[in-house]
Amino acid sequence: MATLEIRDLKVSVETDQGTKHILKGVDLSIEQGSIHAIMGPNGSGKSTLAYTIAGHPKYHVEGGSILLDGQDVLAMTVDARARAGLFLAMQYPVEIPGVTVTNFLRTAKTAIDGTAPAIRGWGKEVRESMEALRMDSTFAERNVNEGFSGGEKKRHEILQLELLKPKFAILDETDSGLDVDALKVVSEGVNRAHANSGLGVLLITHYTRILRYIHPDFVHVFVDGRIAEEGGPELADRLEDEGYDRYTGQAELNGTSVG
Amino acid sequence: MSAVTTENTAPTGSAPTETVQHGNKAHSDGGWDATQKGFIPVQTRSGRFKSTDPTEFPSVTGIEAEWKLSPVKLFRPLIDDALDGSTYEFSATDAAGATVEWVDRTDSRIGSTGTPEEKASANAWSTFDRALAITVTSDEHVDLTVARSALGSAARAGHTLVIAKPNSRATVVLQNSGSALLSENVEIIVEEGAQLTLVSVQEWDADAVHLASHFATVGRDARLKHIIVSLGGKVVRVNPSTHLISSGAEAELFGLYFADAGQHLEQRVYVEHVAEHTRSRVNYKGALNGDGAHTVWVGDVLIGPKAAGTDTYEQNRNLVLSEGTRADSIPNLEIETGDILGAGHASATGRFDDEQLFYLQARGITEREARRLVVLGFLSEIVQKVDAGALRDRLKIAIEAELAGVAA
Ligand SMILES: Nc1ncnc2c1ncn2[C@@H]1O[C@H](COP(=O)(O)OP(=O)(O)OP(=O)(O)O)[C@@H](O)[C@H]1O
Ligand SMILES: [Mg+2]
Repeated sequence: MATLEIRDLKVSVETDQGTKHILKGVDLSIEQGSIHAIMGPNGSGKSTLAYTIAGHPKYHVEGGSILLDGQDVLAMTVDARARAGLFLAMQYPVEIPGVTVTNFLRTAKTAIDGTAPAIRGWGKEVRESMEALRMDSTFAERNVNEGFSGGEKKRHEILQLELLKPKFAILDETDSGLDVDALKVVSEGVNRAHANSGLGVLLITHYTRILRYIHPDFVHVFVDGRIAEEGGPELADRLEDEGYDRYTGQAELNGTSVG
Repeated sequence: MSAVTTENTAPTGSAPTETVQHGNKAHSDGGWDATQKGFIPVQTRSGRFKSTDPTEFPSVTGIEAEWKLSPVKLFRPLIDDALDGSTYEFSATDAAGATVEWVDRTDSRIGSTGTPEEKASANAWSTFDRALAITVTSDEHVDLTVARSALGSAARAGHTLVIAKPNSRATVVLQNSGSALLSENVEIIVEEGAQLTLVSVQEWDADAVHLASHFATVGRDARLKHIIVSLGGKVVRVNPSTHLISSGAEAELFGLYFADAGQHLEQRVYVEHVAEHTRSRVNYKGALNGDGAHTVWVGDVLIGPKAAGTDTYEQNRNLVLSEGTRADSIPNLEIETGDILGAGHASATGRFDDEQLFYLQARGITEREARRLVVLGFLSEIVQKVDAGALRDRLKIAIEAELAGVAA
């Protein structure tokens, strides 16, 4: 079983106002086949964690480590990380003009596997996955994400997840902006990948809604660049009721003033 | 109803700029000389001096609006010297419904589409011996390729006529390769109801110099699709002028160029809406890679006083692939009637979008392959406009070859 191990991860970005420290020591260990949910307030650093794992050049690692099966992920290029089995479903997928979904998927699959997929089997697999995600077949000839609605972009991310078969997937708010039906379809896609290939999942979300379809083994509360608490699925319900006040400075402030 | 829209954004989300250079002075203007005390009114594009006699043009200094973005010293002979105006070798594919022949310079059709507006064009016009006339008569679609590859490196003049007879349908490809030091004029006559696609492909040898003026007239309910593809040559400057002279005339003008180190690729597009209910679309896309790669795009659109109901949009986008390049992009719209359907322009020059590259790389695609995909995707919009399938496929391969020179 592969493990994705994040140790004391510290990350900053350069801004016009100078260096901004976002991640302040993140510890997280994910076994292949397990599902972890991360919940936390806006701006707490969840996407930063996701992008850092994927290797986005904007984020500077100040300290700590990320190991995939003992291999140093931080030493790998972005594409090497994907080939090693990491996948990031992005919060805001990018449009690539002039590159069709078909061409993109085949190029990505070839890159990940190291050889081009067999033409017939591959075509069938793509069609079936698209059907399962209720994506119209015309998407195959459209340019990547160009003119896709918010929900269509998210389905397209999960389509890639299913076809590229990574070991670990980070889903950054894949549920945001989805209608009820799409949420179900997308969740089923993730669950299929989980069941078929023993995918490990790091699910970043603001809503417990998706956790009704994708059942997490662990829930982590992410606050101010760190994991503030860890627990089982019940933690998600408590967060929904109580919010994050107890973890933020706001809670302490309230506490002292009331006293 | 009248609508004018102006857009000026980078194609890929980076900072908006009209002209991007690396290591060069910014340069961008509206195509007229505003330095003289501000009294000189904007000269309308149709009011430019024209003549077929080169001696009527003042000598070229290189600072004129017409020339200041071009490496004039590399083609002095085409402006000032006597040119060889003799006929040359060409090959033409067989096509029923089309003819290709040399015609005398006294042919009545010569000069019917326009008159030179600069000295090198007039120099060619006054010295060509015979004109190569390509005539399409078939109302069933005809595909024709006329190729030249043996022009040689002595300064020469050329004159071509492309005539699409009423209601004819054709795709004519002018294929250029080999070496050249050529100034030429190409006249394109699209008669009533005809539909002509003209593709001019410049795949010259690396030392070739080519100045061309295209003059087109598009008649009633006729359509011209004009495509310039410039890939090879030291200096390639192709300036297409299109006059929509009758109601219902339509022109689509596309361009695709890829400038490598030390290459100068220029296109000055002019569309004149003369008649009412005419439509034009201009879309040029270019890539620049390597030290001294320089591209120029000027897009002048003039909506004349009688051109009520005009619908026009022009755009130019450049993708900068390395340091040391310069892309000039200058759209210019003149409107002489209030009663138009729509008019707009857009110009943008930008570098690779890091977010696009990241997205592709995050799917396992190497940086080099990701860049290749992004550039091909960027240019493919124009490649798709080429309706001759074999040429389209060949252009894809030619662009791939250009990309082989792009650093990862
Ligand atoms: N490139 C950047 N420049 C400046 N600030 C940045 C940059 N990237 C991230 N940040 C800041 O870092 C903090 C964490 O951002 P991040 O996107 O990781 O939050 P998040 O937890 O994903 O929030 P949300 O729930 O809203 O998606 C925010 O305050 C954000 O403004
Ligand atoms: Mg986020």
